[in-house]
Amino acid sequence: MKIAFTVLLTIAAMISYSVMAEEPLEQTSPIANPLEQGKAIAFDRSVGNCLACHMIDDGELPGNSGPPLLQMKLRFPDREVLRAQVWDATVRNPNTVMPPYGKHKILNDKELDLVVDYLLSL
Amino acid sequence: MSFKKEPCNYSLTNSPGISIPALMNYLAIACVVTILGYTGLQSPLAYGDPTADRQAMRALYQKRFPDIPVEAHKDGVYAFDQDAREQWLELEDFPPYEIAIDEGEELFNTALADGASYSDCFGDGAVKGQYPYFDENRSEVITLELAINDCRSQHDDQPLAYNGPEIARVAAYIAFLSRDQIIAVAEPTSPAALAAYNDGKRFYSSRKGQLNFACSSCHVQLAGKRLRSERLSASLGHVTHWPAYRLKWQDVGSLHRRFARCNQQVRAEPFAQQSPEYRNLEYFLTYIANGLPLNGPAIRK
Ligand code: HEC
Ligand code: HEC
Repeated sequence: MKIAFTVLLTIAAMISYSVMAEEPLEQTSPIANPLEQGKAIAFDRSVGNCLACHMIDDGELPGNSGPPLLQMKLRFPDREVLRAQVWDATVRNPNTVMPPYGKHKILNDKELDLVVDYLLSL
Repeated sequence: MSFKKEPCNYSLTNSPGISIPALMNYLAIACVVTILGYTGLQSPLAYGDPTADRQAMRALYQKRFPDIPVEAHKDGVYAFDQDAREQWLELEDFPPYEIAIDEGEELFNTALADGASYSDCFGDGAVKGQYPYFDENRSEVITLELAINDCRSQHDDQPLAYNGPEIARVAAYIAFLSRDQIIAVAEPTSPAALAAYNDGKRFYSSRKGQLNFACSSCHVQLAGKRLRSERLSASLGHVTHWPAYRLKWQDVGSLHRRFARCNQQVRAEPFAQQSPEYRNLEYFLTYIANGLPLNGPAIRK
């Protein structure tokens, strides 16, 4: 019994997971490159957390609730269409589960642009 | 709410160069959801027919997961994934909730203020299957937790805090004694019962919070999918196993505590445990789960 408990506690410690944005921003040194900044915003659980749903680039443990984000330039020759998708995905699909990042101020304008530019580099 | 069929029309023709099975799979699922469940849940036209709701929910999960009998959703995410299931079953071999059940038993057998005990209200204690129900006289949903506190006040005792450890222990003992009872919530038929049911149903399918999710976004639309590495369970099994021992909580906790977490996760204001909102939600979800066996307490992450 005691052993089982130790095992449990260890497992519990290991899986203090969080699906949507709960964890504090990781303290990393300021990133200069805008594409790197966009990537950081897209990956970070407490900011964009796009990895919750999308496979992106080399992002670890992506979810599979949305389509993989790749070949974005091909998919979105018009940058504004892509920006609109991230701003409020419910315009194109009222039933989408994707959060309206711009409309609900989850990301500010600058962050949104950084993410969009990063996506277009994929 | 209009019911455009965008997910179905969203064709691969506007995605040159991509032919990813996962994507197609995803789009097909979006179609099924739109037709059968999700918009059905949102449609005002569908209000007032609990039997049809229940059948639609069962049919939806059956169609989405043909290899999983609907009853198997009582095990939540562990219905989906054999590896995770085996690890979970190993944990269940030495259940960390055993202590809570023992303590619950002790509380259950402790005299209340006037000398009576819980058994004066709950007999042998195997009563979880009787809750929740709609009390026509009081015109509200009575859950097990509410009944526990009613019992205490009938016997001159103080109510237990709904977010405290004691009530979860008493409920865990009762849940344990009630294992394998089949959920059988009476069909809501009176206007007041239907109103409570519809309120819970509306809550379930209303988008909330900055992140703009409804319960059904994650547990109907995305059931079986993953957010990061976290699988999403199906609504059908949501009420079978409470109070549950969450490794994250390191304790047993109530269904309403879990509701509150899911509200907070999408940056929405949670409601109080045993608030009318959460009781109506429990009523809706439990009615939908009619026919599934009770298997609480259970371990969850
Ligand atoms: C909770 C799930 C979820 C999250 C989080 C999410 N998305 Fe999405 N996203 C989706 C889904 C589902 C779709 C599919 C289209 C739809 O639902 O209408 C989608 C579609 C997209 C598309 C269109 C893809 C295409 O090929 O048409 C882009 C671009 C996109 N998301 C970008 C993002 C970005 C950037 C973020 C984070 C800032 C993000 N998503 C966060 C679920 C999500
Ligand atoms: C952003 C996604 C998301 C939303 C929205 C959401 N949940 Fe959850 N929910 C989860 C995750 C992740 C878990 C843990 C994995 C699982 O069991 O599904 C979970 C677990 C649960 C559980 C426990 C399941 C079990 O087997 O023990 C219940 C009950 C539940 N949610 C109910 C709700 C209700 C009610 C709402 C709406 C108020 C809701 N959820 C909204 C993501 C969500």
